[in-house]
Amino acid sequence: MNQIIQLSATELAAKLRAGEITSVQAVQAHLDRIAEVDGGERGVHAFLHVNTEEALAVAAEVDAIRAAGGADAQALHPFAGVPIAVKDLIVTKGQPTTAASKMLEGWMSPYDATVIEKIRAAKLPMLGKTNLDEFAMGSSTEHSAYGPTRNPWDLDRIPGGSGGGSAAAVAAFEAPLALGTDTGGSIRQPGAVTGTVGVKPTYGGVSRYGAIAMASSLDQIGPVTRTVLDSAYLHELIGGHDPADSTSLNEPVPALVAAAEQGASGDMTGVRVGVIKELQGEGYEAGVQERFNESLEALRAAGAEIVEVSCPNFKYALGAYYLIMPSEVSSNLAKFDGVRFGTRVLPTQGPLTIERVMGATRAAGFGDEVKRRIILGTYALSAGYYDAYYGSAQKVRTLIQRDFDAAFEQADVLISPTSPTVAFELGSKTDDPLAMYLNDVATIPANMAGIPGITVPGGLSEGLPVGIQFLAPAREDARLYRAGAALEKLLEDKWGGRLLDQAPELSAATTGGVA
Amino acid sequence: MSAISREDVAHLAQLAHIEMSDAELDKMTGELGVIVESIASVSEAASADVPATTHPIALSNVFREDVVGPTLTAEEALMNAPDSVDTRFKVPAILDGE
Repeated sequence: MNQIIQLSATELAAKLRAGEITSVQAVQAHLDRIAEVDGGERGVHAFLHVNTEEALAVAAEVDAIRAAGGADAQALHPFAGVPIAVKDLIVTKGQPTTAASKMLEGWMSPYDATVIEKIRAAKLPMLGKTNLDEFAMGSSTEHSAYGPTRNPWDLDRIPGGSGGGSAAAVAAFEAPLALGTDTGGSIRQPGAVTGTVGVKPTYGGVSRYGAIAMASSLDQIGPVTRTVLDSAYLHELIGGHDPADSTSLNEPVPALVAAAEQGASGDMTGVRVGVIKELQGEGYEAGVQERFNESLEALRAAGAEIVEVSCPNFKYALGAYYLIMPSEVSSNLAKFDGVRFGTRVLPTQGPLTIERVMGATRAAGFGDEVKRRIILGTYALSAGYYDAYYGSAQKVRTLIQRDFDAAFEQADVLISPTSPTVAFELGSKTDDPLAMYLNDVATIPANMAGIPGITVPGGLSEGLPVGIQFLAPAREDARLYRAGAALEKLLEDKWGGRLLDQAPELSAATTGGVA
Repeated sequence: MSAISREDVAHLAQLAHIEMSDAELDKMTGELGVIVESIASVSEAASADVPATTHPIALSNVFREDVVGPTLTAEEALMNAPDSVDTRFKVPAILDGE
């Protein structure tokens, strides 16, 4: 494997600044890796679109500015020239945005998302758009209309979802950085099952302008990386107030890089870590529980005070989520009607009215999971059921917030396994929607309460990655970076290197790609 | 709470503007039945004295100055339209029989 793609984003950025590597070399190395492992018959298929020309042009621009020196070179963002992949739910000018749906096949956004504007301003070359479950609805990336992504650890297994493409891309060294979105765990659960790092920021901490909305009271854009420090840098880059997003917090971005650097000492003295009683035990695989217990021991040995906290209303979280999320989905996806943009399908028989065109368009343009959620949401919001379903779910949301408030009186951060299982085999849960929904049982409560969460690699079970999740109070994202970086350091010392160093070698031979 | 019937699903599909075949309606009815049953416990958790939360971190009165900001040109707005004429979106008949 080329040495350049093995570097963390922070290491690569330092080498670019020092002139040891050019950005064109870095981008080309990742494009070569994508050609090698992504597109073949058994390729990872993390990318739906590869942005070769523009990525190389931005890289060349950064190299020219650096070579010329002076004030322009000084003014470059420290990560200028470090390539990044973007989940295909985030709109980009000049590249198609599909949300992995036939509904938006070939759609070209006339505007950039705010996070994309920030990435362009910092001159990070965009490698392309990554695969996801259609409109971010799923936990395996199998609901993509363009075929599933494969887990780099085992090509017959799922990479998690919905952001399986972004997580697999960084796990397979196809990109050092990626953007994800997290509505119920779509950054953290893929991070867990691919042995990578992912962060769901505090609700409102990163602008969502230009993220195709799934459930607006839950959605959040965040970083997908291989190290905690890389996530901190990316989070600081994309975070901050945006007047174009009315839910954006008008507050400065916390000092996340500093928190990650503090955590990297591995010292957890004085930090109270709360173990959530309800997010372990039944339903959690034994191997996951073992890695989780080892992480607790490592933290305890590093000086953390481990306390047990109880969040009794979490047992209602999944149910409430599957009422609130589909309700918002049914409203947000009403705009895909074949009138102003996207696919239009004409009915094959009968009168040609706009209403029938909408019915045919949405029948052909949406996949099964999207239809299920739209119908479920329409049901939850309908007269006669609204109070019992949507109204009750909103009350549960209050109860979950209260559980978190009480827990954070006893602990600075909370901890749980990120996902109850390791990556499962492709196809094993696609016929059982409810079994699929259970993958997010540990990640959903954070979205319901708007608080931030991180997943960091916690080791292997049956040769597959296990994720450890930290949660912090709203606006206290910095605590995640301190605790996450500390655990990362403690475990890597134990393993003698990164978890991804233990992943099987991917090559053109194993994936059917271009050598 | 009552179980979800095939007629309910057909009606909901119509409200949501999604055409569904008979086979799809059968499959969807079964799947939604299981899902609705599993989430029904939510109503038992929520007593009358608990206030509802709509947004996790509520902000109020998020206004901007009432001045025109950047907007899409007509050309940009129409560039993804399935059909258009001049500077407008073109759609089939709004009403049956016209």
